[in-house]
Formats: sequence, C-alpha cells, structure tokens
Amino acid sequence: MTTIPFKKPGVTFSEETVAIRSDHMSKWFTLRHTRSIKEAVMWIAKGRKGDLSEKFKALDDVSFDIHDGETVALLGFNGSGKSTTLKMISGVMHPDEGYVGTRRKVAGLIEVGAGFHPDLTGRDNVYLNGAILGMDKAEIDSKFDDIVAFSEIGEFIDTEVKFYSSGMYLRLAFAVAIHTDPEVFLVDEILSVGDEPFQKKCISRIKDLVRRGKTLVVVSHDLDLIMDICERGIVLEHGKIVYDGPSVGAVAKLRDRPAADVQREQNERVERRLYWKRDERRKAAEEAAAKGEKYVPEYDPELDDPADLDDPTKVKRTKGL
Amino acid sequence: MSTSAPELMTPGKGRGLLDVFRNRYLLRLVVDKEIQIRYRGTVLGLLWSYLKPAVQFGVFYIAMGIFLELNKGLENYAIYLFSGIVLINFFGEIFGNSSRSITDNGGLLKKIYLPRQLFPVSNLFVALVHFVPQLLILLIACLASGWHPNFKQFLCMIAGCVIVAVFALGLGMIFATFNVFFRDAENFVDMIMMVATWASPVLYLFTMVQEKMPAWFYYIYFANPLTVAVELFHYGFWLPSTELWQHWHVPAHLMTIWTPVALLIAFGTLFLGDFLFRRYEGNFAQEL
Ligand SMILES: Nc1ncnc2c1ncn2[C@@H]1O[C@H](COP(=O)(O)OP(=O)(O)O)[C@@H](O)[C@H]1O
Ligand SMILES: [Mg+2]
Repeated sequence: MTTIPFKKPGVTFSEETVAIRSDHMSKWFTLRHTRSIKEAVMWIAKGRKGDLSEKFKALDDVSFDIHDGETVALLGFNGSGKSTTLKMISGVMHPDEGYVGTRRKVAGLIEVGAGFHPDLTGRDNVYLNGAILGMDKAEIDSKFDDIVAFSEIGEFIDTEVKFYSSGMYLRLAFAVAIHTDPEVFLVDEILSVGDEPFQKKCISRIKDLVRRGKTLVVVSHDLDLIMDICERGIVLEHGKIVYDGPSVGAVAKLRDRPAADVQREQNERVERRLYWKRDERRKAAEEAAAKGEKYVPEYDPELDDPADLDDPTKVKRTKGL
Repeated sequence: MSTSAPELMTPGKGRGLLDVFRNRYLLRLVVDKEIQIRYRGTVLGLLWSYLKPAVQFGVFYIAMGIFLELNKGLENYAIYLFSGIVLINFFGEIFGNSSRSITDNGGLLKKIYLPRQLFPVSNLFVALVHFVPQLLILLIACLASGWHPNFKQFLCMIAGCVIVAVFALGLGMIFATFNVFFRDAENFVDMIMMVATWASPVLYLFTMVQEKMPAWFYYIYFANPLTVAVELFHYGFWLPSTELWQHWHVPAHLMTIWTPVALLIAFGTLFLGDFLFRRYEGNFAQEL
C-alpha cells in the first residue's frame, strides 16, 4: 500500500529487487584533522600510544534494504548522519565496519554545483558536470536544450559562471543533475533551490520521477514535502536508526505527535491541493472553450499519467518545465 | 539479511588507472578545463608555455654556456641544454600538478564519486600540450644544425618521453596521496623539483660525475630514471646534430642496461603510486 496517491504502486520486496543494501554499517570520523608529519613521527616513536586524533562514531550499525521503486526519506537533525549515509551509498566514502552495496546505477544530486567551475562558461559547465554525473557526449548533446530551457538561463549560457547570480548558478546546476537518468536518485537538501516558481518546477520534476517509479533516497527538512514524495522514512539520531517505516510515522515521530493526526492532516492537504489543481484546469478549459479553442493541460505528475504524454491532445509538456 | 545479495556491487571501488580509460570523455573535458583555467585572463595564453622555457634556456645558456664556458668544450651546447630542459620541464609539470591535483579538487571529490585517478592522469595530458610544442622547437633547432638521426635514435627519444611520463605520474600519485594526509608533502615536491634539474645531466656532462665522484655514486646517479631519460634525449637530439663523434658522449650500457632499468623503475613507481592511491582513496573524501 502506498500513502502517495499518484505513486506507481507495486514495489516488490524480494532479494532480487534490492537496489541498495546497508548491512551493519558504521563510520568513524576524526575530530581533528590538522596533522603534520612531525606529529605522526612522534606518535609512532612513542609506540603508537593512544589515538593520533580523537574519533567519534558518525554512523552506528546502520542497516536497511532499499528496493527498486521505493521512495525513501532520510530524516533527522543536523549532524545525525544523513549526508554521510548518502555518501556511503554513492561511494564517496566507505564504511569502516559493515557493508554497503548497490545493484543499480546510482547518481547523486548530493550537492548541486559541486563540479561547477566559476571560470568556465555555463555551456562548458553543463558538459563537464553532465560527464561527472555519468552522461556521455551524445546524451548531453541530446539533453542540452532541455537543460538550458529548464534552467531559464537563456543567453547567459555562454557567459562564465562566475558572473551568474547565485540563483542562476544553482538553477543551472540543478537542471544538469535532474537531466541525468540514473536508476537510483540520491537527493540531499537541494529542493530549496532558487526562487519559488523554480522550486515548484524542481519539485514537480521529482514528483514526475516518483510517478514513473524511480528509486529515490531523499534528504530534506521540508517534512510536508517528504510525505508528498516518500512512502518510507528512516529517522537517524546520532548515527543510529531510531525509526524505519511509513514516512507519516517518521514525521509524527519528529514532530512528536500521534501518527493518525499527521496522516489525517496530510490527506487533507493533498486533497485540497488536488482539488485546487483540478479546479484551475476546469476553469482554464472553460475559458478556452468560450474562445472556441481546444485546451490541453500542462503535464502534472500528480494528476496525469506519464503515458498520456504520448497523446498530444490529452496533455502537453512545455520545454523547460 | 545475508551480507551480500547476488550481484550487489560495492560503490566507489574503482579499478585504478583502468577506470580512467573507460572515462575518456570525462578525461578530455577535465583536460580541457585545466588548460582553459590555466590561461584564463592571460593575454598571451598558450604562448606562456613557449616563453617560460625560452627564458629558462636563455638564463642557463648565459650562465653555464658562456660564463662557465661549457659551450666551448661541447659542440652545439644550446641543443644539449635545451633537450634536457624540455624533458625536465615535462617531468616537473606532470609531477608538480598531479601531486596537487587531489587537494585542489577536494571540493568535488568530497561530494561526488568519480574515478579519482582522473585528476593526476589529466595533468599528464595537460603537460603534453606544453611539451609537444617545445619538442617541435627543439626539432627545428636540430634540423637547422644538420640533425641526421637514425631509427635507433628515434626509439631513444620515445623511450625518454615514456620514462619521464610514467615516472612523473607515478611519483605524482604517490605524493598526491601523501598530500591528502600530510600537507608537508607539498614541500617535498618543491624540493624534488628543485633538485631534479641538477640531479641529471641537463646543464653539465655526465662525465663530470664520473670523474669527480666515487663509482657507487655514478651507479646511483644512473639509477635515477631522469638521468637515463635525459641521456636518451641527448643521444636522440643532440648527438646526431654534432660533427664530432666522441665515444664518451654516450654513457656505457645506456641502451642495454640503463634504459631497461629506468623503464623498470618508472613503471614500478607508477605501480606503487597506483597501489597507494587505491589503498587510500577511500579516505580522501573524509580527510580533505
Ligand atoms: N569528513 C568529516 N570529518 C569529520 N567529521 C565529519 C565529516 N563529515 C561529517 N562529519 C561529522 O559527522 C556528523 C554527521 O554529519 P552529516 O552526515 O553531514 O549530518 P547531516 O545529517 O546533517 O547530513 C556531523 O557531526 C559532522 O560534523
Ligand atoms: Mg547533511
């Protein structure tokens, strides 16, 4: 059963559909990094007594399986180990103990713009970052126009990125990331990019991925949004999993409220939103009918089946939306 | 829950240098980026890669050739000097830049997984962009002074390039790894680069080492792959441009013993570099 009305149902839970497996994963970090060879030599000379630097456990015995088509939120306060978990999954870091494995092509929207270079033009950055995120030349070529349209950068695409406003910069970076097509998407706190219209566009893209049955692992502090796109929530506290279950339950735990109340409010919110969206469409259709025009609504993953996009009379998708 | 379901892969476990060649497109973009960034906002752009060795050559030629009168005892000292300088610069550029490449790209390595060998290797190609034009100038100078190489000498030039490229990349990867954990490593790199010019017969003749130093020192001196590579370049570029063929211009056993030894040491260094790099790359992201 899924708590998200528009999500493609039917995640199969079996050994064959495991996309990501984390098994008793632990990770220690050193608290102090600055070291010189002198200190290290002294430490060895003294017979390696004590630790060269203080350590703390950032992930503590974390185990979970994520299956194909699941949408999972990683929740918890700052410093609870969410980003670290995503980095383990993407292979940026390795666990000190335990095991993490993936079966699918995983790509991270871990931090947008990580591979952007200020001295390169927008165009060069699109190619460089597309390749960093695992696309080849033909793929980037074919998506280039969509990326530029989505980012709304326009003629600035051939300007060096250092002259962009921070919003423009993030928009372009997000546009590249969202146009990669991995089997598993990792999303770390990037859904608050740019101004409100752009945010809406980003969220709509993510919902489109959800609707199409993509596997997502999302970190976000927007709990309402989490309930909209994730059916499962894992709550971390000081690197330990303290909850793993339906996202509504995870949010209830974080908000310290009864799960039934949170569920009811969420249902109301979704119903209200869908009602207004449908109402808007109805009005637009009436307006068009009054003018004698045919109304084709803009694709909305919460209302439309992506298969309808093949029929141009049913629903359309404007480039860059 | 079993520890490993069938077909699960450990993320971020690369196959070392092989991964770089699977990602040729990304490698090309990274090389392009490095070159563009290097010359951003400069009026002369790539011309700098000619200007710098030209000045270096001029200074050494005046100091060593004229003041210390090396060009009197040695025919075509200019070509002798330049062929060594070109090669040592090639070494310095690969070694210096690749040993800094991981710390310089820390921001990216911390966030996204990609074959990290890409960064040291990209510096090899960036260095080639500067090395090839210098080599062309050297060729022109050689041709102007009656250069007539044979096939063997041609092979020696190629061997010299390969030794330097492989050795420099290997050392670069070793120091790139050290650099992540100990920032002191950068000072070592500077020191090695300073010594490199003098620890091989770029400015003087290897026979001076033979005359002034004990025999064991001579062997250590030739165990340095750079010495062998520089001598191979002298054999390929300088010797065929001279009239006098004095047998002491070519070190004994240069091609039969020292070249295979140098190749072995160079590839051994690369192997060690790749091994260390792979051994510790899992910790790069958290230490940077
Ligand atoms: N490379 C690192 N070295 C040392 N400590 C780190 C490193 N990366 C993260 N940490 C620490 O690990 C803890 C978990 O971090 P993180 O996973 O980023 O938390 P969050 O849940 O906010 O994303 C934090 O206390 C953070 O300071
Ligand atoms: Mg975080």
